[in-house]
Amino acid sequence: MAEQKNALMTWIDDRFPLSETYEYHMSKYYAPKNFNFWYYFGVLSFVMLILQLVTGIFLTMNYKPDGAAAFSSVEYIMRDVDYGWLIRYMHSTGASFFFIVVYLHMFRGLMYGSYQKPRELIWVFGMLIYVALMAEAFMGYLLPWGQMSYWGAQVILSLFNTIPWIGPALTEWVRGDFIVSDITLNRFFAFHVIAVPLILVALVFLHIVALHHVGSNNPDGVDIKKKKGADGIPLDGIPFHPYYTVKDTFGTGVFFIVFFAVVFFAPEMGGYFLEHANFIPADPLKTPEHIAPVWYFTPFYAMLRATPSMFGSAFPGVMVMGGAIVVLFFLPWIDRGKVRSIRYRSPAFKYNLILLAIAFVVLGYYGLQAPTDLGTILSRLFTVVYFGYFVALWVISGDENTKPVPERVTH
Amino acid sequence: MANAEQGSLDLSDLDPKRRRFLTTSVSVVGAAGVVGLAVPMLKSFAPSARARAAGAPVEVDISKLEPGQMMTVEWRGKPVWIVNRTDEALASLATVEEEELLADPESSMPQQPAYAVGAERAIRPNMLVLLGVCTHLGCAPTYRPEVGPPDLGATWFGGFFCPCHGSKFDFSGRVYTGMPAPKNLEVPPYKYLTETQIVIGEDQESA
Repeated sequence: MAEQKNALMTWIDDRFPLSETYEYHMSKYYAPKNFNFWYYFGVLSFVMLILQLVTGIFLTMNYKPDGAAAFSSVEYIMRDVDYGWLIRYMHSTGASFFFIVVYLHMFRGLMYGSYQKPRELIWVFGMLIYVALMAEAFMGYLLPWGQMSYWGAQVILSLFNTIPWIGPALTEWVRGDFIVSDITLNRFFAFHVIAVPLILVALVFLHIVALHHVGSNNPDGVDIKKKKGADGIPLDGIPFHPYYTVKDTFGTGVFFIVFFAVVFFAPEMGGYFLEHANFIPADPLKTPEHIAPVWYFTPFYAMLRATPSMFGSAFPGVMVMGGAIVVLFFLPWIDRGKVRSIRYRSPAFKYNLILLAIAFVVLGYYGLQAPTDLGTILSRLFTVVYFGYFVALWVISGDENTKPVPERVTH
Repeated sequence: MANAEQGSLDLSDLDPKRRRFLTTSVSVVGAAGVVGLAVPMLKSFAPSARARAAGAPVEVDISKLEPGQMMTVEWRGKPVWIVNRTDEALASLATVEEEELLADPESSMPQQPAYAVGAERAIRPNMLVLLGVCTHLGCAPTYRPEVGPPDLGATWFGGFFCPCHGSKFDFSGRVYTGMPAPKNLEVPPYKYLTETQIVIGEDQESA
């Protein structure tokens, strides 16, 4: 390469590490050659981030963060702005798809032990991204100022209310008013369009820096750096560019076919992506018949709802819900296993992971439904199953009966 | 000073005490600056003067409220219910106590002013004034005066039901046991101006 460099590249490289950075992250970043279907979701998360940033910027050009004008400005975007409907539906559908690909990306990490040593920090940065993403989605959902926006924010902000001693003052401070109001809407807009996106982009940068420093895991959980050729390149590694850039471009194309089918034909997704009650302007005096958050929050919401009040306080429910997310941060240290991939781990590990996935789906389902006795009982049961995963993982991984891990990756 | 001529720094010339003093003083001044900037930033998040001014008391005319009817008025942006309870509704307060359905039948938690205690939790027994905000997570419960409807079951004697998380309250806003909501609904401060006029947001002078 060096002898082919033209004068311009030389001029730039003397002043900025352009070739060096490109080689480190793209043309000489050796990724394992056995990536499978599950390895699309990392790059798809990145694609969704870019799409949300771009469509979001275009939405702010017509949106008004004002309690009296917000709802009608969204209708204005939908009806009067040329292609406004498309930009808004891409953004709203994009939020749901962002969570779909992030959840699959996280599940991939659980299956193949991608959080294990030496990738603990990648996982922790990833969890921080997930938390920031939840904050971003929650605050963004208030902006259309519909009934569900309003009451969803009211319910979630009231979670702070239950914190002993400081709760009510803290809630008032976050809302900036005695109720969710124009003031709350205005500050959520500021957080949604600038503060949290900046944090998200910074965290994604750190996530990738950490990943490229230690190298990618793979479906076999084999460390490809242990077997290097005479040229110092891992025998099972292929350069990210052009091999994975081409593969990921193809995957993104397929993903967009699905994504745009939803954008064009089912942007409301039967009330799961855009809830019906949100087509009514916010009314502080009337709660909708049935409040449910958007689907990506419902597993945790079901846990909140299933926890009864104790000692005259609703705080235990909030603790359970928060704990369900906090416990994920500690996953690299809860899993004491030496074998990464599910392919070579014990049957107990596999069943445990299947139970976790079932619990997540069942909780997600009941979090969407109106409260019933059966729903409460099942939500309680699967809340226990969810937390049980981490306890069982710690126990199982202590002395696990694993299969022999191959020296090189398989296909 | 030979090193200085060569252009490189001789670390042995450093006075560590002066270095430490400079580092400490710069850190302290920097920290003071950060705190000084953080206080106004954080305080700007509190309810503004305009938001605080919107919390004035409201006067309500209740002369047209027939028995069994409920009206909702806005106070500090929150719904306040005024219910003209029927004799049956008042009788149900004793029933739910006998059936031991309530978490706090004596209203021992400070969810009401001192002049609105007892089973009725009101100044005048039939006229209930309640803050329509669920003590769980702030939804507005719905008024469900009918007895034993199919969705709420045979142990429902009328009252308020929160559709968000299924909390049940009796005709005085007292919470049932085992509900997500931990406390009885709040009774706001209020007083009677005349027979048919009440003010919400101002306490009744102790008589």
